[in-house]
Amino acid sequence: MNKENVLKIGIQDLAKYPFLAEAGEYLRDTGLNLEQLGHDDWKPIIEKAYGRIIVASSGQIYGSDTEKHDYDSDLLSFIVAIILLKSAGISTLTRRFSLAEARRAEKYLQQDLWTNREKNLELPLKIIQELFGVKVSIENDEFVIKIPDYLKRAVHFHEKEWKLVNRRVTDGHVYLTAHETVRLIRTELGEYINSKIQSINIGSIPESFKDRVSDLTSLAKKFSDTQYVSSEYPPCVKHAIEVLEKGENLPHSGRFLLATYLLSKGQTIDQIAPLFKNAPDYNERITKYQLEHISGSSGSGTKYQCPSCDKLRSENLCFATSDCEGIINPIQFGKKRKVQ
Amino acid sequence: MNEKNTVLLEETFKEYYFNKFDLIHVPPRATEREFGYQKINSGMIRHLSVKNDKDLHLLLMREIPSDVYCSNAYYNFPALPMSEKDWKGADLIFDIDAKDLNLSCRPEHTITKCASCQNLTEQQSPCVQCGSTKFDTVSVGCKNCISESKKEVEKLTEILTSDLGIKKEEIQVYFSGNEGFHMRVINNDYESLSSHERADLADYIMFNGATPESFGIKKQTNSKSSLPTLDEKGWRGRMARSLFTSKSKTSKITKEIISGGYSGFQLRLEEIRKTLGVRIDPKVTMDIHRIFRLEGSINSKSGLSKIQCTNLDSFDPFSEACLLGNDEVQITANCPIQIKLKNKKFGPYKNETVSIPKYAAVYLICKGLGSAV
Repeated sequence: MNKENVLKIGIQDLAKYPFLAEAGEYLRDTGLNLEQLGHDDWKPIIEKAYGRIIVASSGQIYGSDTEKHDYDSDLLSFIVAIILLKSAGISTLTRRFSLAEARRAEKYLQQDLWTNREKNLELPLKIIQELFGVKVSIENDEFVIKIPDYLKRAVHFHEKEWKLVNRRVTDGHVYLTAHETVRLIRTELGEYINSKIQSINIGSIPESFKDRVSDLTSLAKKFSDTQYVSSEYPPCVKHAIEVLEKGENLPHSGRFLLATYLLSKGQTIDQIAPLFKNAPDYNERITKYQLEHISGSSGSGTKYQCPSCDKLRSENLCFATSDCEGIINPIQFGKKRKVQ
Repeated sequence: MNEKNTVLLEETFKEYYFNKFDLIHVPPRATEREFGYQKINSGMIRHLSVKNDKDLHLLLMREIPSDVYCSNAYYNFPALPMSEKDWKGADLIFDIDAKDLNLSCRPEHTITKCASCQNLTEQQSPCVQCGSTKFDTVSVGCKNCISESKKEVEKLTEILTSDLGIKKEEIQVYFSGNEGFHMRVINNDYESLSSHERADLADYIMFNGATPESFGIKKQTNSKSSLPTLDEKGWRGRMARSLFTSKSKTSKITKEIISGGYSGFQLRLEEIRKTLGVRIDPKVTMDIHRIFRLEGSINSKSGLSKIQCTNLDSFDPFSEACLLGNDEVQITANCPIQIKLKNKKFGPYKNETVSIPKYAAVYLICKGLGSAV
């Protein structure tokens, strides 16, 4: 390749996209190593990295310093964050971090595609093409990708607007806005960052990292307490989730209980559907279709209610504990308890 | 099927497979595909590997199948059980069947038979002959069904080429061997699509799930500026050309559309779906493990062959796909409707013994309207 054609990726870009392979090269060029990062001078970076993980774990997107032009600290805190995560070895945290970082990068990709489109289009297109194998071209103000590339990603979205029939389609291509283009690859971006963290190898870490690693471990404990096995859920729902998590078969009535209960608690179909992933007969399309039906957003439009405790007892799905006293439907669990 | 019918059919099929080798070929990349076949009165045998034309001809001569199938999918190990085949990709396939088109001609050429004694009947009340309440229906060839199916083929071809960017030479159109058409697209870009993705593609082709928003109609405030225009591509253009039939009326129709509001537009979308949406069987298109009838083979629902249509316009399946022998055979025929094959008329027959060419005899036997004597 002609040298002039090689895309120059600077520190400003790496601050936005710190997961790029070029970030490693940049670090090597600066001569900085893990041992040096253990020095007290770098303490603020460790704190920043820790903060970045905490923000991600709460489902927020880490606000960046690129406006203040502290690019080095943005890049380094990402690197240190993945070292901390790798050392803690807690997959839930790593996943949350990867998703939040993907959404952060998504924001920049969108900016680069749109606002900076005159000067900086090459990099976002390169990222999309090289990391995810999607070739994006530009026609007037629109971003154009091949139909199969579109379908492979868009079918995972639930909203009708993502159906191919609701897109502008011509000659084997789909036309998208900058926002839609990056939205399409968000999940893959998260998976990419996650796999990067999984694949790195680190030896021993500096002493100064260790406190924060153990903080992460205790943070993760709190998470697993508040997650699926949360005491907020009634025992019948907990049981249903446990069965699915083990990859065992949950009868239709149990799936119905789980879906109606979580829908009544305000969870969305997209949040509920992944729970069924471990089911031996899992089929994403069918699961979503059934959830839509139960939620009343398709089919007859009837919104199904959570079955009563009586009904669940008759189906052998009731695992009542003393906390269940005084309720006649699982959705009352917790509410009544607090009153008592 | 009784013994005599089986003998006649197998004898005729064998003759066909022996004489018409030149018509029956394995599709491209045959070694990566799964083959299967059925014999009269027995189940499906599948997960077979057939390497080339010679292998295929040997199989046909040895087994004399009533129906032969080949996967649209490509596998690393086509002859292993499904979970071990190692799926690599699949051609896009489409099935257009006249019986799914709700045509008004259907009652005129559909015959109702008692399922237990084969007695023909007018209405589905208990059989006058045996009292059974189970009925089968069978439909015989109809020109209108074929010409309406051809229109669907043309609509689909237009969408495949102009919207999906598929070249004409990548599309093959076949008469299915009974009452419709099969289409196959060999194109690398689409080969790797999953079932889920193909389902959305099928919805596109059928115009299912379109929302008014995609055509510029919102729940609140509409302006004419975002309505589709005549020169647009894809469904927006098709929609515009259907709404605005002439340029002079455009502004009047635009007003009507906008005043009709959101729900009014939903009705228009539904109309468009019925007229311009292609009526394919989505189950076939989304199936990435299907074994699909092999071109050149006989369809045992009719005794006609699945053959490629190079000139769809002039294609007449009842002569061009009717390829069995001309020798006369005797059968008892019970067919209240006159049929036309190879430009010859047969029937109507009222439970009578007739001597007719094999191709017509086999057609009636396959339809359950005749029996070898």
